[in-house]
Formats: sequence, structure tokens, C-alpha cells
Amino acid sequence: MDLSLLNQTLRDERQVKAEIEKIRRRLTRSWVLMEICGGQTHAIMQSGLDQLLPPEIELVHGPGCPVCVTPLELIDKALAIAARPEVIFCSFGDMLRVPGSNQDLFSLRAGGADVRVVYSPLDAVKIAQQNPERQVVFFAIGFETTAPPNAMSVLQAKALGLKNYSVLVSQVLVPPAMHAILSSPHNRVQGFLLAGHVCTVMGYQDYLPIADQYRVPMAVTGFEPLDLVRGIYSVVKMLEQNEVRVENAYARVVKPEGNLAAQAIIQKVFQPVDRNWRGIGRIPLSGWGLRPEFSEFDAELRFDVGNIQTSESPLCIAGQILQGLKKPFDCPAFADPCTPQNPLGAPMVSAEGACSAYYRFARSSASMKG
Amino acid sequence: MSEASFPSMEGPVCPLPLKHDDQIILGHGSGGRLTHDLIKNIFLPYLSSPPLLSGDDFARLTRPNGEVVVSTDCHIVSPLFFPGGDIGRLAVCGTVNDIAVSGAQPLYLTAGFILEEGLPVQTLVRILESMHIAAQEASIQIVAGDTKVVEKGKADGLFITTTGFGFLPEGRTINGSQAQPGDVILVSGSMGDHGIAVLAERGELGFSAEIQSDVAPLNGLIQDLLAAAPHTHVLRDPTRGGLATTLNEIAAQSQVGMLLYENTIPINPAVQAACEMLGFDPLYIANEGKIIAIVPPDEAEAALEAMHRHPYGKSAARIGEVTRNDAGRVLLKTRIGATRILDMLAGEILPRIC
Repeated sequence: MDLSLLNQTLRDERQVKAEIEKIRRRLTRSWVLMEICGGQTHAIMQSGLDQLLPPEIELVHGPGCPVCVTPLELIDKALAIAARPEVIFCSFGDMLRVPGSNQDLFSLRAGGADVRVVYSPLDAVKIAQQNPERQVVFFAIGFETTAPPNAMSVLQAKALGLKNYSVLVSQVLVPPAMHAILSSPHNRVQGFLLAGHVCTVMGYQDYLPIADQYRVPMAVTGFEPLDLVRGIYSVVKMLEQNEVRVENAYARVVKPEGNLAAQAIIQKVFQPVDRNWRGIGRIPLSGWGLRPEFSEFDAELRFDVGNIQTSESPLCIAGQILQGLKKPFDCPAFADPCTPQNPLGAPMVSAEGACSAYYRFARSSASMKG
Repeated sequence: MSEASFPSMEGPVCPLPLKHDDQIILGHGSGGRLTHDLIKNIFLPYLSSPPLLSGDDFARLTRPNGEVVVSTDCHIVSPLFFPGGDIGRLAVCGTVNDIAVSGAQPLYLTAGFILEEGLPVQTLVRILESMHIAAQEASIQIVAGDTKVVEKGKADGLFITTTGFGFLPEGRTINGSQAQPGDVILVSGSMGDHGIAVLAERGELGFSAEIQSDVAPLNGLIQDLLAAAPHTHVLRDPTRGGLATTLNEIAAQSQVGMLLYENTIPINPAVQAACEMLGFDPLYIANEGKIIAIVPPDEAEAALEAMHRHPYGKSAARIGEVTRNDAGRVLLKTRIGATRILDMLAGEILPRIC
């Protein structure tokens, strides 16, 4: 990877500002755009792109933060499973700090539970191979992007004949969440930046009917500052010309049909199911669950964790933030008492969470406004 | 061709007590014969100094003029060896650097060792050898030490605690409260090398990376810098928490603001690439061989040149300035020309690295 090239192109101040100027020249009024993906929220705040955009462009932050939308009852289930002495519980690092009803995985680990951070579910399969006397559970969360490796881990465990590997699945999908946002009577979103990584896997054909149904233009968008500005330009141009299409502003990575090999792995292991979204509620067919032929790898069936009572912090407004109805600064708990060290809700935890991004990168502008 | 091999009857053939000279056993911490042998045969060849050789439980030291500067540091790195260094070099350099950033010349070091039962003696020897080399390079004497052994599983190979003593020339006041608006912020080289080198060696990157830790004693570099910029206000080594956390600490101590320029901060391309893949920010990754220097503007150029002339400061750079506004905050001018807050490390998950 030649990063100096990256700095001279996709992160180049002159090119980014020239593209912003193109947007400015198109604008005749103000527009509300949503970036779906938390990775984009993070990139926007980290580069400070939000400050450089014309004031007519309002970016609201979407629900595309897998850690944020994983429902509380599933985190409580994870805690119940991880607390069992025979279990090695493997998770992406971000999940360890997400508050359940009473505690988080970090405090469980401090109390002696075997909770391990892995960078890939295939590492969890390796741990299962190396520890045949223990039960290894992987917390399979995420959007369409994590689904292929998570599914692959199940296929690998099956091929290896592992009886001590299972997955606690919380796979969610972008298109049903967009339906939920757009059909809300409170919706303000007029155009979407589609998540580049999700489209890399799934392509973008599924978005065409949504764009048509709600008359909302969309652009497949990448993650570097110049990618983001190009995505915004594409949507603004369509809005100003009263056109509704799905454009690909990230064509160097995304193909219309996506990654067919990855999709085949997903189809083999997962089937569509209803999912609860933390802060949003139940969305029909908005996620994936294991197909019946892989139910032996379902941690929810392997461990008896059916009866979970949950309770959310009454202060947290994560649900409204995840739907783009409010911004982190609108929350009375923002920065006091809710901080990354002491999060009341998931968006303050994950690097992709909107509250965490605001806390880390924009707190000074909040205090100036306040 | 087909000669039968008979057991050799030469040498001792009746049972002798087993000699435990290839790995550490609990008896090495008993205070008895085994402890004495361990110290005499394994430690002293590498850590000898007149006070240590005297055999007393204390060291009597001569004291140059000036105030005494003391610092202590515990070292628990895993793995014990990593590209560019090991726990021994780290234990000497970490404390030497903590003393040196006061402007003092570090002179004496004590070292406490917690050894885990089963530690190969050869491993201990390699680490002591490395401490010896680092101490020589830093011109510091190791004057006192202690060893304890804990049961298998109660420590991660070995832990080393070092305490350093240095002496500060009259009239020199360098500390985290001295940064003043208008001062220039310099770093002595690339950020994040140590932390990423250790992660790579632990196999936690999921890919191999040719990154060396920067662990080094910086007292020589600092003396050269102070000769060129005698009115230096702040020196600090950005270890755990990295550049961002260290500058936030200084901004709070001095009640000043800081403005950094992202495109001027030196970062090794391999470190940048590893960070991009893992979602880390190199400004939060530990360094063990770098300093931040905050100097008055009229001495900045001389300070930078002095660092460039030293082997440990070749890629030193000017990265920002101290401001009157935004007291207690560090701001970053991003590559695309926006300004955002650069916060302290907020509990990111990184394996322990120093």
C-alpha cells in the first residue's frame, strides 16, 4: 500500500476543496443527506470534512454502526454465555465496552470470564481447534460486510467437524433500515450516501426500488475525504436537477452486482429473519440468521439464555440519533455523564458510533456552541 | 558397519543431584545457595558496578551538585523479545528517558526482577546482556538490584522494575507546566513504531510487518538538544497513549492550547499502513525512543538541527505550536485543511505493550 499516494490524491486538500467548490456552485437551497455507514461518520469527523462543507448541506448520521444497533437482549445473552466457566467468548474489540443491562464484557472479563478479542471470526475457529475441551462462541455481529467471514467461520467449523464452536448471530441489513427511516413520518432525509463497503459485498441493485419508491437519490460512497465529497456532489447534483437515481461514486471498488462469491457463502449459511435494532425496534426481515441445517452452530440454541429481562438507560437518546432525528449535541447526557469511558448507550462506544465520533473530534465546537 | 553401541561407562554413572542451570526454579528465589549462584553467575557478569560487587544490601553513591531526579517504571511487555528490542532494553531506556526529559543526566539505576518459575536461564541471560548494552550506551551504572521467583503461571516470563537517579544542573526548569503560547512543538522522529512492532510480533496484526521498535536511551539526544536550545520549556517521551495523549497532558498542565499540523507529523509508512488496516490512529500508539520538545520560537531551528545531527533524531520535525486559545485542548489541522480536536486516548483496546 503506497500511502503517500493516498495523501496526494484522496486526502489532498486542494482536490477536496475543488470538489467542495463544485458542490457550492450547484446549490440553490439546503439539503439533508444521510451517510448510512458509521465508518463514514467517523471519517467525516476525523478529517473535519463537516466543517468544510457549505452550510446548506446538513449531514445526518445513519444507523450503520453494527455495535450501536445490536439489541440489548443480545448483549445480555452474550454476557450470560460468556459468564459460563466452559466458554471462551470471542468478540470484535468494540463489543467489549457496550453496556448491557447491568454490565459489559470488559467487567465480566475482569471478574474472571474468558473473553477474547479477535480480529477475524476465523481466529475464533482456530481457538476452538486448540481448545477442544472448551466451548468457543463468536459474537457474529455486523452488517453485510461481516457476514461473509462470519458465515465462512461456520462453514470452516463444519468442515473441521468442530463440536465446540458456535456463533451468537446478530447480522443486520442496510436496505430494511432505510425503509424504516424513509417511511417514518418524522423523516428528514432527502438523499443518501450508500455504504461503500456494504455495496462492495452486495452491489447496489437492491437500492434502486427504494430510491424509486421514496423518490430519494443515492450515491455509493467511499471513505476517504475525496470519496465522501464526490458522493455528496453526486447526490446534490441529482437533488438540484430533481432526478432520482442510484449513482456509483465509488466505482474503483464497487461493482453493480457486488462480490458474487461472498454472496454465495452468505446464502449458503444465512437466511433472512426479523431483527430488533437497538434504539429503533423490530424491523421485518432486516437481518440474517443461521439456516436450519447450521442450527448446531447456533449459540442461542446451544446455551439456555432464553429468559432475559433488559433495561435501557432512560437518559440515552441513541434511537433518535441512529434514525437521524437528533444529533449527539442534542442529547442532555452528551459528555456529561455519557463519555467513552462511561457510556450510557452504544453510539458512545464504537469508533463508528456518532456520539463517540462527536466526542472525540468535535467536542470543542460543541462547547463553543454551548 | 554394524557396531553395537554400548552405554558409555566414562564419567559419573551413579545418580547425581540434578543441576538446575537451564531454567529458573522456585529455589532461585529462596535466598539460599541457588540465589547466590544465580546472582554471581548470571546477573553480575552483566550488571556489575562497584556498589553491586561490594555484596552489601545497599549502594553508597557519590552525588554531583544539583537537585536529584528520581523515576521508577515497571516493565511487563509481552513478548519479551520484539524487533528492535526486548524487555531488558526497554527497562533501562524507559527509566533513563523519564529522567532525561527533566534535563537531568541519568547516572544510576536499580533493577528489580520478578522471574517466573520455568523461565529458561538462556532467556534471562539474553535480557541481561541487552540491559548491559543499553546501560553502557546511556552511560548509566546499575547499582542495586533484587530478584524474586514466583510460581509458574503467576508472571509472564519476567517483569522488571527499574528506578533511576539523575542530577539536574542548577537553574534548569523543564517540565510539563512550562509550555508557553508561541512555543514551537517538535518531535524527534516517527510516531507509533514501538507499539506496532510489539503488536506485529505478537501476531495480532494478522499480517507480517517489517517494523522495528524505536526503543532507545535518549539522554544523549536530549543533551545535544539542550546545548542547542538551552531555554527548552518541556521535554517528554510519548510512551503509552502516544503523541496525542502526552500533548493533552502537557496542555492541561501548562493551561495552554496546542495546534498541530497533521501533514507534518512523521509516520513510518509501514506503521501508517498497519494502522489503516486495523483502525488504529498512530498518534495514540506508544513510542519508546522519541521525545516531544516544546521550545521558544527563536531556538526552534537550532533544536531541530541538533536533533537531525543525532542518530536518534534524524527524522525530527516541527509539528505545531502552543497557543493562547483553547487552554487545555489540543487541536489538529487535518490533511484536508479542517481543524478538529485531538483528544486523549479514550480506552481503546490495545494489548499491553510496555
